[in-house]
Amino acid sequence: MAVLEISGVSKHFGAIQALTNVSLSLNPGEVVGLMGDNGAGKSTLVKIVAGNYPPSSGTIQMLGRKVVFHKPADARAEGIEIVYQDLALCDNLTAAANVFLGRELTTGFGSLRFLNYRTMYQRAAELFAELKSETRPRDLVRRMSGGQRQAVAIARTRLSEPKIVLMDEPTASISVRQVAEVLNLIRRLRDHDIAVVLISHRMPDVFAVSDKIVVLRRGEKVADKAIAKSSPEEVTGLITGAIESA
Amino acid sequence: MAMTLEESIHKQVHGNLLSWLVSRQTFWVSVAAVLAFVILSLSSNVFATQQNLFNVTRNFAFVAIIALGMTAVIITGGIDLSVGAVLALSGMVIGMSMNIGTPFWLAVPLALGVSLLVGAFNGVMTAYIGMPSFVVTLGMLSIARSLAMVLSNNRMVYEFGPDQAQLLTLGGGFISVGLPFLNPVRVPNPVLFLVVMTLIVGLAFRWTKWGRHLFAIGGNEQAANLTGVPVRRVKLSVYMFCSLCAGIAGILEVGWLGTITTSLGQGMELTVIAASVIGGANLTGGVGTAFGAVVGAALIEVIRNSLILLGISTFWQGTFVGSFIIIAVLFDRLRIRTAND
Repeated sequence: MAVLEISGVSKHFGAIQALTNVSLSLNPGEVVGLMGDNGAGKSTLVKIVAGNYPPSSGTIQMLGRKVVFHKPADARAEGIEIVYQDLALCDNLTAAANVFLGRELTTGFGSLRFLNYRTMYQRAAELFAELKSETRPRDLVRRMSGGQRQAVAIARTRLSEPKIVLMDEPTASISVRQVAEVLNLIRRLRDHDIAVVLISHRMPDVFAVSDKIVVLRRGEKVADKAIAKSSPEEVTGLITGAIESA
Repeated sequence: MAMTLEESIHKQVHGNLLSWLVSRQTFWVSVAAVLAFVILSLSSNVFATQQNLFNVTRNFAFVAIIALGMTAVIITGGIDLSVGAVLALSGMVIGMSMNIGTPFWLAVPLALGVSLLVGAFNGVMTAYIGMPSFVVTLGMLSIARSLAMVLSNNRMVYEFGPDQAQLLTLGGGFISVGLPFLNPVRVPNPVLFLVVMTLIVGLAFRWTKWGRHLFAIGGNEQAANLTGVPVRRVKLSVYMFCSLCAGIAGILEVGWLGTITTSLGQGMELTVIAASVIGGANLTGGVGTAFGAVVGAALIEVIRNSLILLGISTFWQGTFVGSFIIIAVLFDRLRIRTAND
């Protein structure tokens, strides 16, 4: 049973056709590398799955059941976590505050609830340690390097036990050591039967960790095959259009 | 070398309390306020008297109460220009309704309810319709003031019906606080309201989800939306809260003055915004404190009072207050810029 089934999804923004009739299925514990040139529609597809906007046509099903998302919180409630390309962080808040944004832990009696700073700092520190990041929970995001900010955004996905994790360029600005950690994290997610969609421009990363490769070009899917049956040269050709489809 | 988990949790950018304090605009403004207080006590033998301090603290309490609400709005990146008009409208509603005999316990919720309605309108237009808060509250400024004038029928009202005494005590009364070795201090009621509200608002900003969400919306509204913060609901609540503060101040001020005029609160919105900004609230959003709002209001009132006591024409007040707004924020910006070099 596919954990995610996208059927015939199209999306247009006014006159701009971002996606045309894209279908894709994702099984539990499967890592799909989503590649394509800039403007191919990768981020749009992932944002539709994450609930940012509805598809113009087509359906999304999870475990055989049709789902409709009106806002990102709906998708999160169904077990979909996402790391956005621009990270979606608030510069004026601490790292821990950003990790728990929208899901703050509280303590108190009855309806009088106060923020539970101690537990949030503790949990955030554990998540950063797991990612082998030097990020400190009390630091303001404003003062952080790109890699530390990325760690904060990725740490968010570890707050719940999601069914699907979507990652939009998660290794874009991080160090070599941390890239290895992110790839290890993706493998650990796979071991936990969590499906991962990885958008990345970095061919070695995608080939290192994916089971399946999907290539989009100008809003259309031009390839959907097992990684073992493909090669970096073929994928490059598909992205640029040198190879029509595969 | 890697830190232990414990160390990393406790490590903060500022090593100690002093370095953290020195980096905050609110701290420096507090220092300025204390300095002004001391200088004034020494140069004028009227300033530090019970009677004068009683008046000073009561005057600034009205601005400070509204500044609490304004700071909350500014933290979310918005602004509320209608507070002066809401103060007048609320004062008008309670004055007029008590004038025709409405009992106190009914008139107060009525006035507060009207304030909340205005706030709800501001909030719905800003949060749900998506209009800029500047524009909405600018329009509401005119609307609310004109409604207040319509209600007044252009009369000055002195009588407030059977419950008049209650209203006048609420705004003009005080409690006596006994201190060891000193004569009992008279604390005006509006100041009591201010103290309680500052504590509640300060607590809310730092310790509740609502407060955290205010800062998130001001810092990056898009991120707040994406992570499931109920942005529109929080924005609506903050405009209602700000108008409520204005409504409370309106009732207290009418109680103190013992009369209502249509010029009540005229131009007050600018003083309130000045108080919030001097106190450390950043107009681009994401920064602000409850204590800062109070200190900003205190500083403005101390300046005003000192000009009067030193015999300087009241026309100079604007120059001083305006300069202080610019200096307070300029100082902070320069400090940040040199810190980043």
